[in-house]
Amino acid sequence: MADLEKFRAETRAWLEQNCPAEMRKPMTSDGDTFWGGRNTKFSSEAQRVWFERMRDKGWTVPHWPKEYGGGGLDGEEAKIVRQEMAAIGARQPLTSFGISMLGPALLKYGTEEQKKEHLPKITAGLIRWCQGYSEPNAGSDLASLQTRAVGDGDDYIINGQKIWTSYANYADWIFCLVRTDPAAKKHDGISFILFDMASKGVSTKPILLISGYSPFCETFFDNVRVPKSHVVGTVNRGWDVAKYLLQHERAMISGMGERGVGRPLGQIAADSVGADAQGKLDDAQLRSQIANFEVDEAALAAAAERAVDLAKAGQSHPAFSSAMKYYGTELNKRRYEILMSAGGIDALEWESDRSRGGARPRAWLRTKANSIEGGTSEVMLGIVAKRILDLPGA
Amino acid sequence: MALVLTEEQSMLRDSARGLISDKAPVAHLRGLRDAKDTIGFSRELWKTFAEMGFSGLLVPDQFGGSGLGCVEAGIVMEEIGRTLMPSPFLATSVLAASALTRGGSEAQKAQHLPKIADGSLLAALAIDEGAKHRPLQTKLQATRAGNGFKLSGDKAFVVDGHTADLLIVAARSAGSAGDKNGLTLFLVDPRAKGLTVERTAMVDSHNAARIVFENVEVNADHVLGEVDQGFALLEGVLNIGRGAVASEMVGLSDEVFGRTVTYLKERKQFGKAIGEFQALQHRAAELYIDIEITRAAVLKALQALDTDTAKAATAVSVAKARAGTTATRAVQEGVQMHGGMGMTDQFDIGFFMKRARVCQELFGDSNFHTDQLASGKGY
Repeated sequence: MADLEKFRAETRAWLEQNCPAEMRKPMTSDGDTFWGGRNTKFSSEAQRVWFERMRDKGWTVPHWPKEYGGGGLDGEEAKIVRQEMAAIGARQPLTSFGISMLGPALLKYGTEEQKKEHLPKITAGLIRWCQGYSEPNAGSDLASLQTRAVGDGDDYIINGQKIWTSYANYADWIFCLVRTDPAAKKHDGISFILFDMASKGVSTKPILLISGYSPFCETFFDNVRVPKSHVVGTVNRGWDVAKYLLQHERAMISGMGERGVGRPLGQIAADSVGADAQGKLDDAQLRSQIANFEVDEAALAAAAERAVDLAKAGQSHPAFSSAMKYYGTELNKRRYEILMSAGGIDALEWESDRSRGGARPRAWLRTKANSIEGGTSEVMLGIVAKRILDLPGA
Repeated sequence: MALVLTEEQSMLRDSARGLISDKAPVAHLRGLRDAKDTIGFSRELWKTFAEMGFSGLLVPDQFGGSGLGCVEAGIVMEEIGRTLMPSPFLATSVLAASALTRGGSEAQKAQHLPKIADGSLLAALAIDEGAKHRPLQTKLQATRAGNGFKLSGDKAFVVDGHTADLLIVAARSAGSAGDKNGLTLFLVDPRAKGLTVERTAMVDSHNAARIVFENVEVNADHVLGEVDQGFALLEGVLNIGRGAVASEMVGLSDEVFGRTVTYLKERKQFGKAIGEFQALQHRAAELYIDIEITRAAVLKALQALDTDTAKAATAVSVAKARAGTTATRAVQEGVQMHGGMGMTDQFDIGFFMKRARVCQELFGDSNFHTDQLASGKGY
């Protein structure tokens, strides 16, 4: 315990000294997130400095082993780093699907060679990954995916199409689910494979969304040649890897609402609806919605903390991330409904500088995908019902 | 601090669960209700509680207790919630023990705390006056008279009021309803002249009383804490009570939910278990998630009460508000999913529904605590 308190004090001092003031302000646009990758650019000098200091410290991913470029911290220490970063409002120095999704799967299922090859490039921000899961006819029923990988000597030849591939147009590599045995039952013929998006035959096409942004792409594979050694885990057992990765993806999505919007909701609302002499919002219904939301938000934060602690204590249920994903995404949608209501007509502007290019309505529309991506709310409830509650039926 | 129970806390839970599920299943409450028992709980079982060290859980070591914290008290309350055991634990061992420990003079502590720990003294906290919990609105008047005060006014919803050997009474000694200043807590002998206790039979078959004070004389050395400055002490004690009741509601919700899921697996209609229907699966899953999130919020509040009193008020409001809505949802889904059987007195589910409604009102319902949170954050 004394050691941990010492570690906390050192961490606090180090962050205080090394985190630039600009990197302690709430993020206001997509450009504030640093994703890394071959073609990346820093949006500011402070962003570069912060990233490089954290990378050199090993703290882009504090809890990964040092030999793979992580910080080698144990669960308690990593929690302290998170808490101390939160305490000063420090931004994540590096955000990537390599960290939140592929990394955990590689650590569990990857060969030593695969780990050594890919993990250090993730922690150093050199390679940006995308996720090739959904297909036009494989959404909630993901295991019905049709993208084919046919053996050809030491390689596979991959043909097919993925959809909703987040930032595929910026990604360097893809982790992809492909069907390697079309004769097997649908869960049993899938493999999890890695390849370079610069490979011949890969093309992407951004999809324009209701937000006016195009974070997702269609991704096409036309005779893409990939070495068989790029399969992670056992051939035809990719569903195990896919499910394990989804648990991490869901945990990540459930936490998305925790990225603060800066000012407290109560203050944001007071700006537009006004407040009485005691500071109470002039819109009683809105006040009550905000308060109810904040009760649930605080409770969810406690549950997220508890989920980590339970996992450390070996007491967590593997499907619990589905519960958190369901609640976190529904709550984030509520947050943005409140923000829109609190903003009134000011929150409807779509293009002006005043509205920072319609940042709020676009973010509001973006949240509607939270309860769809990574498994819909309905799929999450189904998983909880079957895997945790053990209710009968298909 | 990790948001999981320590090994010692898990052992405490196991021993509380063992005792309570064995000696006081729901049938115990049903039996007391059907017999119209005049005490409303089992004195024999209370003796066992004392022998196992539960009654003095929050009493400091030097006064014969175990000197444990709110997390431990919450653990016992959660087990009480699972079987709806009627027990002096909340009023005596949580509320009165906290009030005396935090606000009592050395003499007051020495006089009362050892008796709470050994189970020989029962106490009750008299706060509410109107239909809703509004401690700031306290009107019961304390007027200076001779070497002390005279109390006049009414109290309601006094848990265990009719069996108490000692009352802790919130009274207004200065200012007017709504003021933080001017509240004083008094230790009052229920046998004092001018004091009338009426036991009120409540929907949940648990103990409560209305108490009328007519010029009840209280000596100045029976003031608990400071004259006119009792609100902070009272709020601190109430927050502990709120955390404890929130724990009771977690136990209650979890038990109702467990019984309901079992029923979903057993009950067959249209040739299959009703738990196969997606309409019910999703509702059950949502309720499970609600309970687990509330459980974390309640544990967070109990830990804050033990360690971080500055943050505790907000955490307690979150916990009590969440526990109230979660328990309400749990008992309603419980009855609905049990169908007609859930409406029968023969099934236990109805007892949980009744108790949940009372726990909602105890020390502020979800609306009260949500409003507290908003006001605390300045909107």
